[in-house]
Amino acid sequence: MTAALVAAPARRGRFAPGVWAAAVFLVLLAVAALAPGLLAHGSPNDADTMAALQGPGAGHLLGTDANGRDIATRIVHGVRPSLLTGLGAVGLAVTAGTLLGLSAGLGGRVVDEIVMRAVDVLLSLPNLLLALVVLTILGPGTVNAVYAIALYLVPGYARLVRVQVRVIRTSGHVEAATSLGLTRLRIIRRHILPNAFAPLLVLVTVEIGIAMVAGASLSFLGFGARPPDPEWGAMLAAGRDYFSVAWWVAVFPGLAITLTVLAFTVVGRRFQLRLEGRTA
Amino acid sequence: MRARRVAVRAGTSVLVLWGALTLAFAALHLTPGATVDAIIGSTTVGPQVRQQIIDDYGLDRSIPAQYASYLGHVVTGDLGRSYQLHEPVTAAIGARIGPSLQLTLAAVGLAAVTATTLALLTARRSRVVRGLASGTELAGVSIPVFWAGILLLTVFSFQLGWFPAAGDDDLRALVLPAVAVAIPLTTMLAQVLREGLERVLDEPFVLTARARGMGDAAVRLRHALRHAALPAITLLGWMLGMLIGGLVVTETVFSRQGVGQLMLGAVAGKDLPVVMGVVLLTATVYVVVNIVLDLVYLAVDPRLRTTA
Repeated sequence: MTAALVAAPARRGRFAPGVWAAAVFLVLLAVAALAPGLLAHGSPNDADTMAALQGPGAGHLLGTDANGRDIATRIVHGVRPSLLTGLGAVGLAVTAGTLLGLSAGLGGRVVDEIVMRAVDVLLSLPNLLLALVVLTILGPGTVNAVYAIALYLVPGYARLVRVQVRVIRTSGHVEAATSLGLTRLRIIRRHILPNAFAPLLVLVTVEIGIAMVAGASLSFLGFGARPPDPEWGAMLAAGRDYFSVAWWVAVFPGLAITLTVLAFTVVGRRFQLRLEGRTA
Repeated sequence: MRARRVAVRAGTSVLVLWGALTLAFAALHLTPGATVDAIIGSTTVGPQVRQQIIDDYGLDRSIPAQYASYLGHVVTGDLGRSYQLHEPVTAAIGARIGPSLQLTLAAVGLAAVTATTLALLTARRSRVVRGLASGTELAGVSIPVFWAGILLLTVFSFQLGWFPAAGDDDLRALVLPAVAVAIPLTTMLAQVLREGLERVLDEPFVLTARARGMGDAAVRLRHALRHAALPAITLLGWMLGMLIGGLVVTETVFSRQGVGQLMLGAVAGKDLPVVMGVVLLTATVYVVVNIVLDLVYLAVDPRLRTTA
């Protein structure tokens, strides 16, 4: 324990530049999502067949694809659909997971058992497999992809909230509140949810990146966004056909995905360090 | 006490499998549109053929009756027939499981060896080494497997021509996909192992070993590693369970004809028996791996043999 206390400040200091870079990158992402025109000129679907498969250079910073569309512009315009997928899936998952976790933690033993065994079943399947089952039933599409990704994120939140509820429920101040005759709803709202908020925030931050990768994976497999939409996974899939002659078509959208996950992970870990520092 | 634990464990496993089965059945019947239309697919058939299919599959029976017969079939190892491949699901999976199994074992093996080496070398070293290691680990977990695959293909297949870009018939074709899958696994494992090692190296018995004059390498290998291995083994088992059915993306990037590709075709063609067959296979592997892990723990940690 003492080692952790000594190590903590050094760790924070070392990660600081990385955290700053990640934060700046996330701000850029937000700008690209809200106003892509500020970061890239032209429309993502402007095709110039004379300039097909041009390498990275002065005219087109990151090169062009098989239809002569500018890859940099398409990547910038691809932020919005990717971010919407990530936020949508995590938003749904947090809501559903919190409700499930609360009912498992506060309900009786039977409810707890049912919810947690259902969570076990979901956790016994690989993420992508579960998403593909959902897409088989609902059919492909961006909105259905959001539901599919949300389903496999739910168990994590349900478990987290349940554990938090159990810890907090037995702590002194909640017992005091109960003995004062406060209603259940009020105890949940005033005491349990605020305490569960910080660990939830850590998980949410990291998982937005994970959900974005999942969305890109589903598009890459052909079940999410479809070409010609400028979506990162779909761009990667389209680039596959050319990557023996034009590596940049697939490599740059992939780089965008990787940097995005990295940024969310770095910021999420920073939150986690602060959280641990506070509770230690 | 032990017997009770094993019984609880087995009971939970059966519950998980039963849950997956029920999920499978629900999926088969929740699909919009009648099952009979899914079986017919895009071809046009007369009402007689349609009636024939309904009779053959027993689709006119009540849902509980169909559920009971589905359970009965699955328990006896019959996963039904594929709608679009016109062969039993077990045969379709059996024909494709080889490449997936190879890739899973190769990737997990590679990850285990690399991660152990990395963790042994970097635990409790200077701040620079550890900073470098954790930075690399962070990048490693963040790289999506399809992008790692594409980078590896670009460099080692198309530029250098060292490895084939596609296929699954020789061992050389196994190298790049195994590396692509192993990257995130290695970083996850290395992290867990390193944290474990650093915790163990603070223990009094390590000091005792050093006081006996044992060298640093021997302390790490003979004493610390075994202690740090438990959480890593849990993670390793989880990876094994997750991989078999989770290779869809990798198999697409490297054009390997494995279970993932079978799954992909089935999802696109709404071939639910195959989809649910893969789901059941994966859930079964997960459960079996977990039971095996319990036994491995006993072998690795002698303390568990008496107290638990």
